[in-house]
Amino acid sequence: MENFSPFVLPFVLGSIALLVICLYKYVRWIRQFDRLQQKTLLKNIFSIKFLPAIGEMFRECLLHIRISKKNWRLGYMHRSIAFGWFLLIFVGAIESRIGTKGHFHYWVAIFYRYFHQVPPENHTAWVFTQLMDLLLLYVLSGVFLAFVKKIKSKLLGMNRATKHTLMDKAIRYSLWGIFPLRLLSESVSATLYHNGGFLTQTIGNLFSTNVASFLEMPFWTLYSIDLCVFFVLLPFTRYMHIFTEVFLIYFRKVGLREHTKMTGFTKFELSSCSRCGMCIDACPLYKDLGITDVQSVYLLRNLRNLEHHKDIIAAGKNCLICHRCAEECPVNIDLMNIRRISRDKGDLDIVNSYKYLQKVQSFNAIGRVAYFGGCMSHLTPGITESMQTIFKAVGQKYWFMDEDKSICCGRPLLQQGFNNQAAELRRKNTDLIVSSGAQMLITSCPICYTSFKKEYKLSIPVLHHTEYINMLIEKGMLKVKKSDLKVTYHDPCELGRGCGIYQEPRKVLEAVANLMKTKNEKENSLCCGMNLGNTVISLEQQTTIRNAALDNLTAPGPDVIATACPMCKKAFKHGTTANVKDIAEIVVENLEKNA
Amino acid sequence: MADFGFSIAKTRSVKLSDTDMSKYRQLLELVPSFKRCISCGGCTASCSARQFTDFNIRKTHCYFRRGQYDKLEQELQKCMLCGKCTLVCPRGVNLRSLIINMRQILTNTNEIIG
Ligand code: SF4
Ligand code: SF4
Ligand code: SF4
Ligand code: SF4
Ligand code: SF4
Repeated sequence: MENFSPFVLPFVLGSIALLVICLYKYVRWIRQFDRLQQKTLLKNIFSIKFLPAIGEMFRECLLHIRISKKNWRLGYMHRSIAFGWFLLIFVGAIESRIGTKGHFHYWVAIFYRYFHQVPPENHTAWVFTQLMDLLLLYVLSGVFLAFVKKIKSKLLGMNRATKHTLMDKAIRYSLWGIFPLRLLSESVSATLYHNGGFLTQTIGNLFSTNVASFLEMPFWTLYSIDLCVFFVLLPFTRYMHIFTEVFLIYFRKVGLREHTKMTGFTKFELSSCSRCGMCIDACPLYKDLGITDVQSVYLLRNLRNLEHHKDIIAAGKNCLICHRCAEECPVNIDLMNIRRISRDKGDLDIVNSYKYLQKVQSFNAIGRVAYFGGCMSHLTPGITESMQTIFKAVGQKYWFMDEDKSICCGRPLLQQGFNNQAAELRRKNTDLIVSSGAQMLITSCPICYTSFKKEYKLSIPVLHHTEYINMLIEKGMLKVKKSDLKVTYHDPCELGRGCGIYQEPRKVLEAVANLMKTKNEKENSLCCGMNLGNTVISLEQQTTIRNAALDNLTAPGPDVIATACPMCKKAFKHGTTANVKDIAEIVVENLEKNA
Repeated sequence: MADFGFSIAKTRSVKLSDTDMSKYRQLLELVPSFKRCISCGGCTASCSARQFTDFNIRKTHCYFRRGQYDKLEQELQKCMLCGKCTLVCPRGVNLRSLIINMRQILTNTNEIIG
C-alpha cells in the first residue's frame, strides 16, 4: 500500500483505542447525569448559548488565558504545548492534504516527512516546511519549561507543584518524549531526502547518510510507539483534561451545575482537572500550616479514582471552604460544591430531625423588611444593635426574625454534607419569610447571605447589610459623616469570593472613613481561619491562619480593622489589640446627628 | 407492689467495669480537644436548638463520656450545627466536630461517596 509502513501501526491502534475509551467514558457519564441535569441539557442542547462556548474553548483549552493572567510563565508553558501541538496537527493536516493531492491517510499528516520523500517542490511547500519547524520549536520550548518546572518549580512562580502518581509521571515522560522524538525522526529523514526546514534540516545535516538510513526506521518507530503509549494512558491520567474540558465548557454554557450528589457532571469536572497545582499555593492549610495532602487537586484525584476511600474522607473533611482554590483554578471547577459532595453524610443525614420547629409561628411583616441577624451575630451583639439603630435612623420598619430564637439558615449543615437536614431548615425559614409578607431580607452574616441568596428560592431581594447600608447612603436616606479614621477592610470568604460582593463594603467605608489598601484583598483576601467549613484543624492551627490574615490587615497601620462578618470579627478580636469593628458599627458611630 | 404514690429512684451510678468505653476512646482520638472539656455548660447556654426544645448538648456529651450511649443519637439529631457552642466554649472544644463524630460513632456509618 502506498503511504503505509508498519511503524505507523502503534500510532493508529493507539489513536483508535483513545477514541473508543473516551467515547465510552463520556457516554457513561452523560447517562449518569441526574434528572434535572438531563432536562436542562435536552432543553438547551441546540440553543445558541452554545456559541460563546466555542470562544471559551479556544481561549481556555488552547490558549490558557486564565492561567496566563495569574502566572505568565506557566501560561506560556501550557499554551506552547497545547496550542503548539494543536497547530502542528492542524497545519500538518493541511500541508499533507495539499502535498499528497488526495491520496490521504490520516497518519500521513503525523508522519509526513517520512512519506513525502522529496525536497519542498514549490513556494507553498517551502513555507509549510519552515512553519512546521517553527511550530515544533514552539512546542519544544514549552516542554523545556515543563522540565524546568519539574526540577525547580519556583522558577516558574510556584512554591509547590503537585505530587503526581506513578501513572501521571509515566504519561508525563511519554509526552515529553513525543516532540524530541519527532525532531530526531524528521531530522534523519531530512538527511536522506532534504525535505527539512530550518531546524530539522540543520540537525539533519549533522548526520551522515549511512547513519541516517540506519536510524530512520528506529526513530520513526519509537515516535509512533511513544504516541501510542500517550494515547492509551491518556484516559486514565490527568491528561484526560485535554478533551474533557471542552465538553465541560459546553455543559456549563447550556446551564448544567453541580448538585448535592455525585453525578455524571461531577465526573466531567473531576476529569477536567489538569492537576496544574495552582490550587496548592492558594490554600491557607498549605501556606500557613504546611498541610500538603488535602488540597483540591488531591481531593479531585482521589474522587476520580475512588480507590482511596479513607483518603477521600480525610482530605474531604479538612478544608475551610474558603474559596481560595476555586478562585485560583484556571478551569473554574466548582471545587466548593465538589468538596461538599465528598462530605455526603449518607444515612446520617436524616429527614425530619427538626420536628420541634413546627410550632414556630411567623409574624405579619407586610410593609416591613425582614432582618436575619444569624446565629453568629448573636454572639456579636454590637452588629445587630447597630443594624437596628440604622433601621430606626431611616425610619424603616423591620421584623427582626431571629431576635430571641434563631433557626439556623442551614448552610453549616450543608457544608458538612447533611443535605436533607439543611433542606428542612431552609423549608422552615422559607415558610416563615413567605408567610410574613416581608418585602426584603437583610442579613448580617455572609454565611446566611450566601445561603439565602443561592440556596433558598426566595422571590424577595436578599441583601447583605453592607449592600443595604450602601443603598441607603447612595439614595441619600442615611446621612453619614466622613471621619478621620483609617481603616483596613477584610473581605470575608463567603461575601467576597463566594458572592462577589467587593464594592459595596468599600463604598460604605469610603463614606465614613479613610480606607487603606492591603496586600491581599478582594479575590485574594486571606481566610480568618474560623470558617465553619473545617471541623478538623485545631484551635492552635486556626490561630496560625488567623494571624497571617491579621498581619496583612495591620500592616498599613490602621486605627480600625473593619469586617462584614460576625465570625471574622470574633476571630480577629481575640488576636489583636487593634480595634476590630463591623462596618455597621462604624457607620453608626458616624451618623449625622441632626439627620 | 403496693402503690404509695412514689417510687425508689434508680441508681444513677455508673459501673465503669461494666461500661463499654471504646466508643468514648474512639471519640477522643477523633476530637482530641474534647479532653479539655470542663463541663461548664457554656455550650448548652448558647445553643440555638435549645431555644426551641429541651436538647442539652452538654448533657449529651457528658453521657457519652460516661459510656451511656442510649438514645443519644436521636438527641443529637436536633442540633443544627450552627456553631455557636463551638464559638463560646472557653476550653476550645471543637463541638461541631464532636457532634458529627459522636453521631458517626453511634450509628457506625461513614460518609459515602459515589
Ligand atoms: S483543581 Fe484547578 S487549580 Fe487545582 S490542580 Fe485542578 S485544575 Fe489546577
Ligand atoms: S477551600 Fe480553602 S482550605 Fe479548602 S482546599 Fe480550597 S484553599 Fe484550601
Ligand atoms: S450561617 Fe452561621 S451564623 Fe449565619 S445563621 Fe447560619 S449558622 Fe448562624
Ligand atoms: S462549653 Fe466547652 S468546656 Fe463548657 S461544657 Fe461545653 S464543651 Fe465543655
Ligand atoms: S451547633 Fe448544635 S449544639 Fe451547638 S449551638 Fe448550634 S444547635 Fe446547639
